[in-house]
Amino acid sequence: MHKNLQNFIIWAQNKPGVLFRILWLFRRKQLNIESVTAGHSEIPDITRITITVSNNGNKVKNMVHQLNKLVNVVKVEHLDTAMLVYREMALIKIALSEKEEKSQVLRIIEHFRGRVINMTNSVMVIEATGDENKIDAFYENIKNFNIVEFVRTGRAALLK
Amino acid sequence: MKSRLKTGQKVQGAEIVCESLLRHGVSVIFGYPGGANIPIYDALYKYPELKHVLVRHEQGAAHAAEGYAWATGRPGVCFTTSGPGATNLVTGLADAMLDSIPMVCLTGQVPSKMLGTDAFQEADVLGVTLPVTKHNYLVTGAGDIAPSIYEAFHLATAGRPGPVVVDITKDAQANYAEFAEPEIMPEFNKKIKTDATADELDSLALLLNNAEKPLIIAGHGVLLSGDGKSLLKVAESQDIPVTLTQLGLSAIPHDHPLFMGMPGMHGAVSANRAPLEADVILALGMRFHDRVTGKVSAYAPQAKIIHIDIDPSELGKNVVPEIAIVGDVKTILNRLLPKLKKRKNPLWLDRFKLWKKEEEEKVINPELNADILKSAAVINLLSKETRGLATIVADVGQNQMYAAKYYCYRKYNSHFTSGGLGTMGFALPAGMGAKMADPDREVWIVIGDGGIQMTLSELATIAQEKLDIKIALLNNNYLGMVRQWQELFYKGNYSQVRLKNPDFQKLSEGFGIKSEKADNLNSAGQAIKNARDFKGPYLIEFVVAADENVFPMLPAGAGIDEMIISKADMK
Repeated sequence: MHKNLQNFIIWAQNKPGVLFRILWLFRRKQLNIESVTAGHSEIPDITRITITVSNNGNKVKNMVHQLNKLVNVVKVEHLDTAMLVYREMALIKIALSEKEEKSQVLRIIEHFRGRVINMTNSVMVIEATGDENKIDAFYENIKNFNIVEFVRTGRAALLK
Repeated sequence: MKSRLKTGQKVQGAEIVCESLLRHGVSVIFGYPGGANIPIYDALYKYPELKHVLVRHEQGAAHAAEGYAWATGRPGVCFTTSGPGATNLVTGLADAMLDSIPMVCLTGQVPSKMLGTDAFQEADVLGVTLPVTKHNYLVTGAGDIAPSIYEAFHLATAGRPGPVVVDITKDAQANYAEFAEPEIMPEFNKKIKTDATADELDSLALLLNNAEKPLIIAGHGVLLSGDGKSLLKVAESQDIPVTLTQLGLSAIPHDHPLFMGMPGMHGAVSANRAPLEADVILALGMRFHDRVTGKVSAYAPQAKIIHIDIDPSELGKNVVPEIAIVGDVKTILNRLLPKLKKRKNPLWLDRFKLWKKEEEEKVINPELNADILKSAAVINLLSKETRGLATIVADVGQNQMYAAKYYCYRKYNSHFTSGGLGTMGFALPAGMGAKMADPDREVWIVIGDGGIQMTLSELATIAQEKLDIKIALLNNNYLGMVRQWQELFYKGNYSQVRLKNPDFQKLSEGFGIKSEKADNLNSAGQAIKNARDFKGPYLIEFVVAADENVFPMLPAGAGIDEMIISKADMK
C-alpha cells in the first residue's frame, strides 16, 4: 500500500497562499497527494513541506521543475524513500468499557512503543509514531476496540 | 529613464503605480476603468507620457497587450477594475501563459477591509488567475505597490516570459506612501541558467558533426532570445534544414533555401516527413507540443534529439532527448558555431526538394489556381503585394493555417498568433496592440468570420485610435476548421458550424472603418492595393470558398507517418 511513495521536500517562503500554490500544482499535473506535512524549518521565514505521492514515473520527475518555477518556492528535492529517515504520528482516542479492555490496549501500546497521553475513566488517548506500515499495523491491532477518533499526520522526513 | 517623482516623495499609491510604469519605459497601456481602479485613472491624468488605450472589453486589453509584447519584446500592460474587469482578462492571461508572452496586468480590487465579504464587484482574482499566470500579487498597502510592480516586470521577462497579475486594493491606491525604487530582484529569485557548459557544447557539436540527416526544429524561443541570425549561421554552416513551429515562424526568412516549412498537424509535407528520416534533431526553444509531434510513439523513430530550452520543465516532458540543455538559444548557438565543421549535405537536401514538389503538385498549385477564390490564394496575393515584409497577426482556425503556410515571411518576428491556447478573436485586438507598439510596421490582421465576431467591439477602439491597420477577413460563412473536421471525420454532419453573418460592409461603416468586398482574384488583388494606399483602418471581406479544407493534415491522435496530403488520399 505504501510502496513506491515518492517524497518531495520543499522549502518555501512563509507567506499567505504559498501552500495553496504548491498543492494546486500537484492537482494541475494530475498527481494524487498521499500525505502532506508543513511547518517551520530551521531557517527563519522558511516553511518546510514534505509531500508524498505514489510513483508516477515521468510526471514525478517533471514535478521538481514545475515546483521550482513557483516564485515562492526556494528549493525542492525529490527523494527516494531509502534516502530518508521519516516518521508519521497518529493519535487515537478509544472509549473503554471494561478493565479487561484497558489492559489489552496497554499491551498493544507497549508492543508498538506508543504512549498514553491522556486518560479518563472511560477514554484513553494514545500517541504512536513510526513509518506508515507501523501505524497501519498499530491501527489493525486496535481497530476492534471502540475507536472514537483517529488522526494521523503525513511524513516528517530528514535526509539520512 | 523618464520619472516624475523624487525618492522619498510621499504620494498616493495610484501615483506610485503610474511612476513605476513610467520608470519601466511603458509607453502604452490597454485598459478599462471602473469603481475599484478609479484612483489609478485619476493619477494617470498627471502622466501624459503613459498613453492609455480605452478598449471595449478587457479581453481585448489582454490580447492587445500580447500584440504589444510580440512586437517589442517588452511586457504589455493592462489596467482593469475588480470583479468582472479582472475575470475578463483570464482568457488573455491563459493565452499569454501558454505562448510565453510577457505581460503585467494591474487589476483594481475592493478595499482591503471588504476582501472576502463578497462585496460589490469582488472576485478572488488571486485564485482565479493563479493557474494562468507566472505569478500574481495581492497588494493591500500603498507601500507594497512599487515592490510588487517591479517584481512583476522582472518576472514577466525573466527566463521563459509570461503574464503576471498585480491585484491592488482600492485603499492601497488611495493611501499615501513614500516612493522609492525597490530592489529589482525578488527576495528569493532563483538563478536562471542561460548558457551551456563546455561539456554540453562538446557533446552537442559531436552529435551534429557526425549527423548524416540533421534537422532543426525551432520555436518561439528563438524569437524570444532576440535574434534568428545565430540560428541561420548554424544551419548554413552544415546545410541543416530548418523547420519552424507555428510560434517560431519568421525566425528566419521563409524564402531561404534551408527553410523547410512548419511541422505539425497542418504542417508542410517536408517538415513532417523529415523527422521520420532524420538521425539528429536539434530542437530549439520549442516544446514538442502535441500539434507538432502527432502521436509521440511514431515521432522521429531514429533520431537522437538535442533539446535546448530555457525552461527546464520542458526538457523530457513530451519526448526523451539524447541531450537536454537548459539555456538561451541564441547564447548557446553562438558558442556552438565555432565548434561545427563546415560542410554541405546535398543528398539530404534533395529529399526535401522531392517532398516540396509533392506538396506543390498535390496541394499548393490546386489551391492557388482554383476557379473560385480560396484563402490560400488571398494570403499568397498579400504576400506578393507586401513582398513578405508585413506583420501578419493571425487568428485561429483555417485562416491561421493559411496565414502560416502561404505568406512568405521575410521580416524577422513578423508573425503573431495564438498558438497554444488557440483563442478565436485574438487577432483583432492583438493586431491593434502590435500597431500601437510599433507604428512603422505594416500590420495585417488575418481573421475568419467566426473569430472576428468574438472581439468585434475592438473595431471601435481601432477607429477611435485611427490606427493604420488592415484587416483581411476571410469569410466562408462557416466555422471552417470545425466544418473541415465534420466533413472528414464526422460523416459530413455539419453540426452548428453555419454562420448567418452580418453585412460586414455595413458593420465596418458603422464603426467608421472603410471597407470593401472581393470575391475573385482580380478584385482581391485590387482590394489589397486599395487598402495599402489608404491611410487608416481598412477592412477587406474576401468571400472565399465555403467548403475549403486545409491540407496536409494529421488526424487527431495519428502519427506524422499517417499524414493525409489531400482529400484524395483518404480511404
